[in-house]
Amino acid sequence: MKKRKQKTKRTRADLIYDIVLFVVLTSIFIIVAYPLYFIVISSISDPKAVAGGQVVFWPVGLSIKGYTEVFKNSKVITGFLNSVFYTFCGVLINLVVTLPTAYALSRDKFSGKKFVTFFYMLTMFVSGGMIPTYLVVKNLHLLDSMWSLILPGALGVYNMIVARTFFKANISQELYEAAEIDGCGQTQFFFKIALPLSSAIIAIMVLYYGVGHWNSYFSALLYIKTDVKFPLQLVLRSILVQNESQLAQTVATAAQQAALEEKRQLTELMKYSLIIVSSIPVLILYPLVQKHFVKGVMIGSVKG
Amino acid sequence: MIKQESKNRKNLIQKKNFLHTLKRDYPLWLFVLPGIIITFIFSYVPLYGVQIAFRNYNPKLGFWDSNWVGLKHFMRFFNSPYFASTIKNTLILSVYSLIAGFPIPIIFALLVNSFRHKKYKKIIQTVAYAPNFISTVVMCGMLLLFLSPSVGIINNIIELFGGKAVNFMGVKNYWRHIYVWSGIWQGMGWSSVIYFAALSSVSPELHEAAVMDGASKFQIVRYIDFPSIIPTATILLILNCGSILSVGFEKVFLLQNDLNLSVSQVISTYVYQVGLIENSVSYSTAIGLFNSAVNALLLIAVNKISDKLSGISLW
Repeated sequence: MKKRKQKTKRTRADLIYDIVLFVVLTSIFIIVAYPLYFIVISSISDPKAVAGGQVVFWPVGLSIKGYTEVFKNSKVITGFLNSVFYTFCGVLINLVVTLPTAYALSRDKFSGKKFVTFFYMLTMFVSGGMIPTYLVVKNLHLLDSMWSLILPGALGVYNMIVARTFFKANISQELYEAAEIDGCGQTQFFFKIALPLSSAIIAIMVLYYGVGHWNSYFSALLYIKTDVKFPLQLVLRSILVQNESQLAQTVATAAQQAALEEKRQLTELMKYSLIIVSSIPVLILYPLVQKHFVKGVMIGSVKG
Repeated sequence: MIKQESKNRKNLIQKKNFLHTLKRDYPLWLFVLPGIIITFIFSYVPLYGVQIAFRNYNPKLGFWDSNWVGLKHFMRFFNSPYFASTIKNTLILSVYSLIAGFPIPIIFALLVNSFRHKKYKKIIQTVAYAPNFISTVVMCGMLLLFLSPSVGIINNIIELFGGKAVNFMGVKNYWRHIYVWSGIWQGMGWSSVIYFAALSSVSPELHEAAVMDGASKFQIVRYIDFPSIIPTATILLILNCGSILSVGFEKVFLLQNDLNLSVSQVISTYVYQVGLIENSVSYSTAIGLFNSAVNALLLIAVNKISDKLSGISLW
């Protein structure tokens, strides 16, 4: 009797908890998802409807004007292609530098383990800062070259630790010893056995580094001077962020001119489409690697 | 005598061992070599270059031969009107971000973790991670679009309900809230991943035992899940406190305009402005160095306090 009473009591409290939880989580879901959804539906709506605030739940007056406007913009195209190129080369160099380092540091018997680990850890806590780094890049004559975007960040310490922990957990010393008996050296072992067994960590590295390169604008702001070399993010900045203030000024003086108004609406609409276009590569990569996130962070946070 | 001999022998053995391991490990040394060279050039040489904070940097003379001026640039910063305002803005922005932004991913992780519907749970997680992959430029572009006084959706909604459009980016009182809460929107999901990882290591037996003892769901979250992520949370809190004087440059810089400069000029944007726009290289480096030094002190202090209070520390 008593036991039963307890049980019903528990389920009622749990039911309330479940309902509250559902409401809270759904609210969070809407808050996070709605702005993203809004960008998508705006980008395929009619410019007038977007400007007039009619687009709220679904696209109004379907049009691809925003997208045609984006693809008419030669700066966007150049920026996009530049970014694709920088990201591809950048990730390639990242992998070539990071994976062997991570593998070497994952070997317990490696004589340089302590020294090299300390060498990298120190850079996480102290750095020269913006100006001394800029001066080094300048003195190496890397200003305005794609290498200034690739070389300084060729090895991300955090990413290296994540990869090292993965190798440690998945490529055991016994495996190496077995291969060694068959006459396999470290180099051969790394390329023929360790790497093929590590596709999960390679995927995570490609995502982390790739998104980093694709989204980065700060180093380009500092180091790239020529328009035609601008990565997409710098082009985006000039359209999405800087354009804003200029528009606000012209509105006051010429608000009544209908033609200008229409052009303004189209420019505004183009921003939504531009956001979508600029996110395409990440949107493609994201679902492929998403399932590895928790695992990636987990192995990264277990320090050894 | 004997001691000396054994010492010699020990040295000899060590030397032999060293050469032996070097010979054995040389492929691994080759593996780490490219990373070492690059990190040396781009992290350690700038570290050496920090000394220009104490010199009048002259590009022809380089890091080492420029004139030594001691603390001149530091004194100039301490005495400038920007000292108080940039530090105040940086502190407010980062403490506000920390207080508002730190607990939210923890709460989010606890809630989602105790949610039963696996499919919906997965969808929420996937969506919550997504904003993290939006670039800072796009994020700021979105904010400007949504908050635009003429075509922004937020003002459209305000006008729909009979209100008057607000130029959000032009009113400096709104700026900090916009900065902090948009940051939380973007970072909440991703920051929670590490807590999901910590929660996934909680033994299910513990949950079962608690259910047997008649614990409600809320009690399970309160007494089992929550304590299990406290160590992770503490470490992250220490690390965050250690960077309290370094508000990220990118977003602040992009959201800055003439109207909000009085609340949005932080140390890092000031370093950029002084060093690369106004070209006072040494002065700018001094400000940056001061910033890192304070951060290091904060990190050490907070770590010590945490060590005393809870026994959890970074080192």
